[in-house]
Amino acid sequence: MERSKEEEIKKDYLKMAEKVGPSSSFLKNCAAAFIVGGLICDVGQLVMNYFLSLGIPKDEVNSYVAAVMIFLGAFLTGIGVYDNIGKHAGAGSIVPITGFANSVVSPAMEFKREGYVFGVGAKMFVIAGPVLVYGISASIIVGLIYYFIR
Amino acid sequence: MDYIRAFLVGGTICLIGQILMEKTKLTSARILVIFVTAGVILGAVGVYKPIAEFGRAGASIPLTGFGYSLARGAIEEVQKNGIIGAFTGGIKAASAGMAAAVFFGYIMALIFKPRTKN
Amino acid sequence: MAEKKIGLQTVKFKNPPSIVSTASIVGPKEGEGPLREYFDLIISDDLYDEDSWEKAESKMAREAVRMALKKIGMTPDRVDYLFEGDLLNQITSSSFVARDLKIPFFGLYGACSTMTESLSLAAMITDGGYSDYAVAATSSHFSSAERQFRFPLELGTQRPPTAQWTVTGAGAAVVGRNGEGPYITYVTTGRVMDFGIKDANNMGAAMAPAAADTIIRHFKDTGFKPQDYDLIISGDLGQVGRQLTIDMVKENGYDISQNFTDCGIEIFDSDRQDVHAGASGCGCSAVVFCGYLYSQIKKGNIKRLLIMSTGALLSPTSTQQGESIPGIAHAVAIEGRI
Repeated sequence: MERSKEEEIKKDYLKMAEKVGPSSSFLKNCAAAFIVGGLICDVGQLVMNYFLSLGIPKDEVNSYVAAVMIFLGAFLTGIGVYDNIGKHAGAGSIVPITGFANSVVSPAMEFKREGYVFGVGAKMFVIAGPVLVYGISASIIVGLIYYFIR
Repeated sequence: MDYIRAFLVGGTICLIGQILMEKTKLTSARILVIFVTAGVILGAVGVYKPIAEFGRAGASIPLTGFGYSLARGAIEEVQKNGIIGAFTGGIKAASAGMAAAVFFGYIMALIFKPRTKN
Repeated sequence: MAEKKIGLQTVKFKNPPSIVSTASIVGPKEGEGPLREYFDLIISDDLYDEDSWEKAESKMAREAVRMALKKIGMTPDRVDYLFEGDLLNQITSSSFVARDLKIPFFGLYGACSTMTESLSLAAMITDGGYSDYAVAATSSHFSSAERQFRFPLELGTQRPPTAQWTVTGAGAAVVGRNGEGPYITYVTTGRVMDFGIKDANNMGAAMAPAAADTIIRHFKDTGFKPQDYDLIISGDLGQVGRQLTIDMVKENGYDISQNFTDCGIEIFDSDRQDVHAGASGCGCSAVVFCGYLYSQIKKGNIKRLLIMSTGALLSPTSTQQGESIPGIAHAVAIEGRI
């Protein structure tokens, strides 16, 4: 009896807390994510067109673009700009590959004071590590499935 | 034309990410994991290929594109070299990005110091 | 029954200890806020000439204690006890202060409730006759807390509107057996309350039940009413937690909507400074009390104050393991004269 009453109070409270919470500016955030994400991809397109004009074959050009974009993301993180973009753009700057670079550089910089092996070296992958684990594992499973069903 | 298509496709993929974050309170790290894995799966079932051909950089720059190249690499390598390709193909296809992230990440960490926020 | 205890959770002091001196140090952002003129020192760089934020935090805490003692011409060796805590793992900021100042030390962890937790204990040990001078102090630092509890600073994440901003600051109060006030007259020690909030970006809602419980308990134990206080102020509930607390206290028959605010709301200008739901951190209630409120009581602008620091008792591990966030709140009644 006591217990169920306590549960009830808690449930009511969660509802109440939900109501009082300020609404995040949903539409504004979505617009910012769309525009910034689109612009970052346009920068990528610019880089891609540049390499294509140099005569890089089409199926190799993605590697060039990825490397350049990652450099840009890493550099903007280093000079302290990327987190300010992220504050406004949200997923618009998280989802592009520059955001992946940001997730590698930001912890690496931050933990420099804890040393170069367990600080920079290890912490570099706190966020990017899971991305590689799931991405690579999923691709291996895809390859294996393809091998057996083709 | 290239730029408009890249903008629209890339922007839309990021918009999906934003909606996910707003509605589910997922952290950015989880969003990255979900997008890479989604890219692998969409690539494997053939959905991402037309998006990539239409959107070009708009489809390859978002992390789903990273997942797509992992999946495509694994499949192509299996076609060429058999079962070992499942293990070598993905990383081979994404190797430039991964190596760049490690190398530039390390260099930037050596050069720069983090700043506090305002 | 214990002779100085009234009701279930409240202590009434026989010889109310006096807060003889306070000092506060804040970071640059706090120094731009509406309370800037009340702080003793505003550091221009939040590294404070150290090479890490953790060291800077400990230095702020140490200098705040030194400053509070210096104002009354005291040296650390005359202090009987230091009650201090902070937010970092194993409360190193505080133990390093005790290492440098060589004062007998009780290390506390009450998350952001540490200011009133340390004041409560310092007052009790003083009224009990075990101490002539005890120091209550605490500190927090935005950058050291952010990297421990959340994300690297340069990571481009978006803060949800319920998120709060950890104050960079340290406050210290010297509690003496004899003095001319302000006096600590009552202490209500809080219970840990958990209503199941799991969102670490919504600590105000996680702490509000504890805050409401302590306020209600304080009124029940002492027989006071909300209007007996000029000001009731919580530590770092923020906008969200403040509203929830008012609602819950009201359900129990006490209307505090007229004279209840929150240090986390007062320290920043929410229109001008991008802090979302308000400030948080041990340093929040510490610098607002040791800086602003103490001077207001001294001047007589506030005659009776109920200050209640609030803490969210989570760790990065407990959050990752899906635990909800328990809250705690300790109330201390302070009066200009008795």
